[in-house]
Amino acid sequence: MISELPVAMITLVCLLTLGVGAYGLRLSRHTSDFYVAGRAVSPRRNASAISGEYLSAASFLGVAGLVYDKGLDMLWFPVGYTVGYVVLLVLVAAPLRRSGAYTLPDFAEARLESQLIRRLSSLLVVAIGWLYLLPQLQGAGLALQRVSGAPAWVGGLVVTVVVVVNVAAGGMRSITLVQAMQYWLKLTAISVPAFVLVAVWFHAGRPSPQPPNPTWAEPGGGFGASGHALYSTWSTLLALALGTMGLPHVLVRFYTNPDGRDARRTTVSVIALLGLFYVFTPLYAVLGRAFLPHLAPGDQPDTIVLNLPLAASPGTLGQVLAAVLAGGAFAAFLSTASGLVVSVAGVIDQDLLRRRLARVTGNDASSINGFRIATGLAVVVPYAASRLVEPLGIATTVGLAFAVAAATFAPLLVLGVWWRGLTTVGAAAGLVVGGVSATLAVGLTILAGPFDGWAGVLLAQPAAWCTPLAVAATVIVSLATPRHIPAGTVRTLIRLHTPESVLPS
Amino acid sequence: MAERVRITSSRRGATRPTDRSLGHELREQTGLGDVYLRGLMSAQLRLSATVLAVGALLLVGLPLVFALVPATRDITLAGIPLPWLVLGVAVYPAALVTARFYVRASERIERELRDVSAQPDPPGAGGGGP
Repeated sequence: MISELPVAMITLVCLLTLGVGAYGLRLSRHTSDFYVAGRAVSPRRNASAISGEYLSAASFLGVAGLVYDKGLDMLWFPVGYTVGYVVLLVLVAAPLRRSGAYTLPDFAEARLESQLIRRLSSLLVVAIGWLYLLPQLQGAGLALQRVSGAPAWVGGLVVTVVVVVNVAAGGMRSITLVQAMQYWLKLTAISVPAFVLVAVWFHAGRPSPQPPNPTWAEPGGGFGASGHALYSTWSTLLALALGTMGLPHVLVRFYTNPDGRDARRTTVSVIALLGLFYVFTPLYAVLGRAFLPHLAPGDQPDTIVLNLPLAASPGTLGQVLAAVLAGGAFAAFLSTASGLVVSVAGVIDQDLLRRRLARVTGNDASSINGFRIATGLAVVVPYAASRLVEPLGIATTVGLAFAVAAATFAPLLVLGVWWRGLTTVGAAAGLVVGGVSATLAVGLTILAGPFDGWAGVLLAQPAAWCTPLAVAATVIVSLATPRHIPAGTVRTLIRLHTPESVLPS
Repeated sequence: MAERVRITSSRRGATRPTDRSLGHELREQTGLGDVYLRGLMSAQLRLSATVLAVGALLLVGLPLVFALVPATRDITLAGIPLPWLVLGVAVYPAALVTARFYVRASERIERELRDVSAQPDPPGAGGGGP
């Protein structure tokens, strides 16, 4: 009985996404258009697009679910997602734009002049991208199942198909437009129902939230389940703050700024837009505690945003709100998945397929076809994984992707931008040490975890030890191999740090 | 081809140095360009490190204060406990103000570099002047 309206809304969001994508397709002509929108995107639209792409299922459903389930401590997640952009702004925003590279592996290769580093980076982009796509697709399955009763595999498949059609057909130019629209769609979808629900709450005589345990509302209560609240808090914060700059889909979008100065200004707008969105998410958790203190058996906490409206106001109003939220959630799945797929597909195309296809044909048409094939690969693998792996919670899995990014790309980018002494061997050592330790910890947690005691905490929150380890490996090995400082280091650093007005490209 | 060589070498001294001279120094990686790069990078890095240190102190200190000073948990504003207000709302404007401050300061560093570069006799003897 409740299924028609939300399903109609989800269909509408999917069609809208495809429609705007097709409109952008008319503008997309050359290979460079496909990747970075011909570099002609204004800061304001770019900021909306970055935020639209960044606010994933983890933000739309996951944060509220975590706070609902575990309490106050989980607010560190949205704080970390936002602070990540401050760190990105302060350390790498302008230099990355000035590097003039398309993708993360492009930057790594340009800075370190090494094919090995390029290949390692490509591998990590694919790994992080897939790890981040996994919870998006699981979330889509969960959401569609919740609102329509469809089997869990359907939601992920819908997202997969829409994203493949959109990305393969239009590439980045249309995606920029789609993403910018998605932000405002998501903000509306989270804020309007929030206002209505707060009004409903007042009307219902302000029922007080019922904490599931006495420490729910206390700092240290949520992470405290592991017995190591402070470590978990700090490690999560570090992973999110440093991981943001190492997310493949975030970086690609910085290359679409006209220059370094605009890259910084875009980032400031992003921080404003994210803050605006995250103010609303905890409301769902708190109101959820008031109206729906106990979930139906089998329901995951991640569904609280979708469950709340009908619990608060059974009837037409609740149904309409549930439909709006379901539409917003799908906007979140689609936008983040699109951005990730563009990045992962770009890397698969450039570093795996391009040469093989060029051997057959060797013209521009083939490189666009390669991108389309890569798009399929980029999303089918995580979809298969999402059907095989037991869900760990959307925001938790996303946190693991951040941790891998923090332990690998963050040291590479920061040291690459600020340290002349970085050598190819040192960078490779850092990527391997950070990549292997973080993916092992994350892999064990996803496949066999969660574990008890300190070992479990360290594996579930790897950033606080993997990142320093990677930095130490990079610095120590670099100091030991001074002969492997890339020949063009000074030239590259000049380009990264000099304003365009002084050094026209 | 011979003509092209003559233009680059002989006219440079004759024309007034434009604001591209610094760009030239940097591009050609002269000793002067290197001095500029070091100055620019250390000024920017100092700024970034300061912003990060203050931010990190606040964010690392916050859970510590909540953990060590239980009284902070019991403060309420309009019925909402302080930790919820800080983590749910106050963090975001603070992040925005920090970001704004950084962008202004960092653009000022770049502007100073450009101003120096626009002067007839680039750096050497203390540049700036009254």
